[in-house]
Amino acid sequence: MTYKRATDQLPIPPKNATVKNVTCDFCIVGCGYKAYTWPINTQGGTAPGENAFGVDLSEQQGALSGEWYNPAMYNIVEQDGKPIHLVVMPDKDCVVNEGLNSVRGGRMAETRFSGQMGTMTDRLTSPMVWRYSQMLPSSWDDALSLTADVTRRVIEEWGEDGVLVTMFDHGGAAGGYENTWGTGKLYFEAMKIRNCRIHNRPAYNSEVHATRDMGMGELNNAYEDAELADTIFCVGANPLETQTNYFLAHWVPNLRGTSMDKKKAMIPGEEHAPAKIVFVDPRRTVSINACEAEAGKDNVLHLPIKPGTDLVLLNALLTEVVAQGWHAQDFIGRNTSGFDAALAANKTSIDEAASATGLKAADIRKAARWIAEPKAGGKARRTMLCYEKGLIWGNDNYRTNSAIANLSFATQNVGRKGTGCVRLGGHQEGYVRPSDAFIGRPAPYLDEIILSGGGGIHFIWATDTFKSGLNASKFRREYRRRTNIVKEAMSAIPYGDREAQLDTIINAIRRGGLFSVDVDILPTQIGEAAHVVLPAATTGEMNLTSMNGERRLRLTEKYMDPPGEAMPDCLIAARLANALEASFRKAGHDDWADKFKGFDWKTEEDAFNDGYRKNAKGGEFVTYDRLRAMGTNGVQEPVVGYENGKLIGTPRLYTDGKFGTEDGRARFFPAQWRGFDPADRGAQQEEFPFLINSGRKNMIWQNAFYDQRSPFVWERFKMPPIEMSPGDMKKLGLEGGDLVEVYNDVGSTQAMVYPTAAAQSGQCFMIFAAPVGQHGNIVSRGVNELRIPNYKNVWANIRRIGRVPDADTISFKDLEYPQDS
Amino acid sequence: MPKCDRLVDVGRRQFLRGGAVAAAGAAATTVAPSGPAKAASRARVDYPSTRLANVKDLKVDVPLDIEYPDADSPGVLLKLGQRVPGGVGPDGDIVAYSTLCPHKGFGLTYSAADKTLNCPGHYSRFDAEMEGQQIWGHSNQNLPMFTLRIDDKGDIHGEGVDELIYGRTSNVIKG
Ligand code: SF4
Ligand code: FES
Repeated sequence: MTYKRATDQLPIPPKNATVKNVTCDFCIVGCGYKAYTWPINTQGGTAPGENAFGVDLSEQQGALSGEWYNPAMYNIVEQDGKPIHLVVMPDKDCVVNEGLNSVRGGRMAETRFSGQMGTMTDRLTSPMVWRYSQMLPSSWDDALSLTADVTRRVIEEWGEDGVLVTMFDHGGAAGGYENTWGTGKLYFEAMKIRNCRIHNRPAYNSEVHATRDMGMGELNNAYEDAELADTIFCVGANPLETQTNYFLAHWVPNLRGTSMDKKKAMIPGEEHAPAKIVFVDPRRTVSINACEAEAGKDNVLHLPIKPGTDLVLLNALLTEVVAQGWHAQDFIGRNTSGFDAALAANKTSIDEAASATGLKAADIRKAARWIAEPKAGGKARRTMLCYEKGLIWGNDNYRTNSAIANLSFATQNVGRKGTGCVRLGGHQEGYVRPSDAFIGRPAPYLDEIILSGGGGIHFIWATDTFKSGLNASKFRREYRRRTNIVKEAMSAIPYGDREAQLDTIINAIRRGGLFSVDVDILPTQIGEAAHVVLPAATTGEMNLTSMNGERRLRLTEKYMDPPGEAMPDCLIAARLANALEASFRKAGHDDWADKFKGFDWKTEEDAFNDGYRKNAKGGEFVTYDRLRAMGTNGVQEPVVGYENGKLIGTPRLYTDGKFGTEDGRARFFPAQWRGFDPADRGAQQEEFPFLINSGRKNMIWQNAFYDQRSPFVWERFKMPPIEMSPGDMKKLGLEGGDLVEVYNDVGSTQAMVYPTAAAQSGQCFMIFAAPVGQHGNIVSRGVNELRIPNYKNVWANIRRIGRVPDADTISFKDLEYPQDS
Repeated sequence: MPKCDRLVDVGRRQFLRGGAVAAAGAAATTVAPSGPAKAASRARVDYPSTRLANVKDLKVDVPLDIEYPDADSPGVLLKLGQRVPGGVGPDGDIVAYSTLCPHKGFGLTYSAADKTLNCPGHYSRFDAEMEGQQIWGHSNQNLPMFTLRIDDKGDIHGEGVDELIYGRTSNVIKG
């Protein structure tokens, strides 16, 4: 049965409903929403004067209405302990999304905690600790003092390297400036913890080291640039599913030609046409199909590149652009360094590239023309170059990232309207932490430290590496084994005898055990192994600031209570710091205790004022009140002033040609092709018949932490789909809905066969970080020189193990919208 | 903003052809089962029972334009040629759906090639053979399906809706 909510009318927000600014919890785009709340015993009416929208709700609303909300946008939640009505709906006045919601953001209300409506009722509501052989609810004081005492004992015995930390570094829910600062101040200032990793990679490093080393931050343009570009060049990204409303509200108008007036007005004095677009991706995605439907096939060039060879293509494009004389010679001379050396080192002919990438030489030439051939009157083309995980989690991250930056510098496609060389992003951003320079480069490989028995206590903040890690089956096995050593030891003696507990725990760690502390909003798989679980609040239950993919900073205002005793992560970090101070002082280590001063925050705003205001560029201009007044449109970072009641921002970076290097010149980098990195993938490709690519699907956010608890999504994707070509399915005797095992030399996992006409033979696609079938199980431990994993270039075999329960109620029809015929 | 005018796939043409049939046989009658005052006191809305067409009007894969529960709520009546979940009629293959996309209200068109309803707004797709399950798209709900009853004469009546129809806070907005 297809899931239906069977709700046929909804309460109406009255005229005096409280309205708060919300930025979507989920992806990088950061769409603007409004939260309407009103007392449970009041309601609005359909007449314009009776409802919060001022429109006649007894009439059928037209397409693109800014006033329609539906059951997924409605919930009953608590405010100050009392049930209230809540509607969270997209804001038509937000310039980011123009009133659009995606299938993810449009479910924010129903993914809130509601004891009344029964949504997300397994949210963590109180601290839990391991005692009497099970996880039991406890008080904050008890859980924090146990955690602090164990941390102290670990530091006393092994130093700070005995403390291991896995933590988010992003914005949006489970992140944001308040919480990155809170955790950062604890681990990088009060303590100096080197053995860290970030939520999606096994070390504390950047996904885009290269572009930063070259002087160019990775989010350097404005979303509007996608409306102004002559060409969009998109590498390893699927924006319709992963940056949905950025694509719909800003790329599509340029492809349709409806941004022509804007182009003429904003960029006078040169010819304009609707955009052309190039996709570099082994996979034909729904983004490519949508672009063909909008712009016509002639204006869309899909380069279905041989997996892992993007670097060769990018170098060939650079070589060709310069050979044709289409490069920005003045800019290169004035504003860059290293051009000649990089050009010589990266020289790649079109024919060499065609043979390495499997692409047609003519298509590579066409791409070069679309990127750089001057327009009428010799005017430089404006090309927006963008990339995401296909490049970042692909082969040879550092050099490939260098190669796309080289191409943007050579054509001056940065700092001008309609250009940019940007990552498209996954989460929103919200990074402000004390310097991590002491960690060094390459940063320690945390997963390997855990696997080799290192560390005594492990903190996990809003991350589930059982789902999102690499070498995941081995990691899971070893993590359970090590944490169990401690659990069994703790169970053997009374919980109330703290000193005896601490001695036991430390002894168990000496025997190879690991003490685990998990901070999250919901139970996680890695959290099942933890000895202490601390309940966090999420956005909307606290005030939270983040920025999106065009550095647009907004404040999401608190509109409901957190469940039970859950607290914002920044305040959990602060209370942990207070407990550590007390523990060290009690043990007579005043020097250590003093390091934990400065955590007397009472609210998340205190953390914001301590962190962002004092440490972010332009932070001194920003306050909660000023941001609240800027609404869902916020301000683009860096903020440069405050005038006439408004924060003044920066739409795009590097407009003055000055880059983030010592001499202000952008640096070209040599980036020679070196084959597969890690090298074992070459052998894997020889041995196993199927590429098992991975990424996101439209309907599912992140590791499905909400979606697996949402029948609308879960009845459709209860097992992670694996997209396969009908030919490959036939060869293996498979049907849509069959459950298959995907296995290779590293491990094995499961997925549900989804027939995909657009899939190339021998190439499959799975969800990254699925809860019931982890792609990470088959990803080898190999990383690049800076410890960035290659999640994309993975090969495996496939065999049938059965049928997915209720598979017959799942539609397996083609995902692509049928184009004009 | 929509480029509906450029959307001329087979389904679209059939959809329009179906529309003409509906207009010709416009004998729909609406029977409100209860007065508005009574309806206002109930937790769910009261649906009209509305004659939409006769079984004889339907041909396999030729969509018929309908309106339910009222004239402002367009829908489609489909004979799919094969028994489907929720299907009614002698062959269990007659279904009806709202054609306002539950994302942002663009009009859906029927593609006979794979028996789907497709949205020119932002490419959402719904499976007509699977109770309107969203195959891919931006809607946070599956497609509203109309509950049908067929009487002895073969007349098909609309009698309810299983999801909120786009653009309404109540499925029945006119008392
Ligand atoms: S596109 Fe991203 S930010 Fe916008 S509503 Fe969807 S998930 Fe939220
Ligand atoms: S209106 Fe149908 S997909 Fe947006």
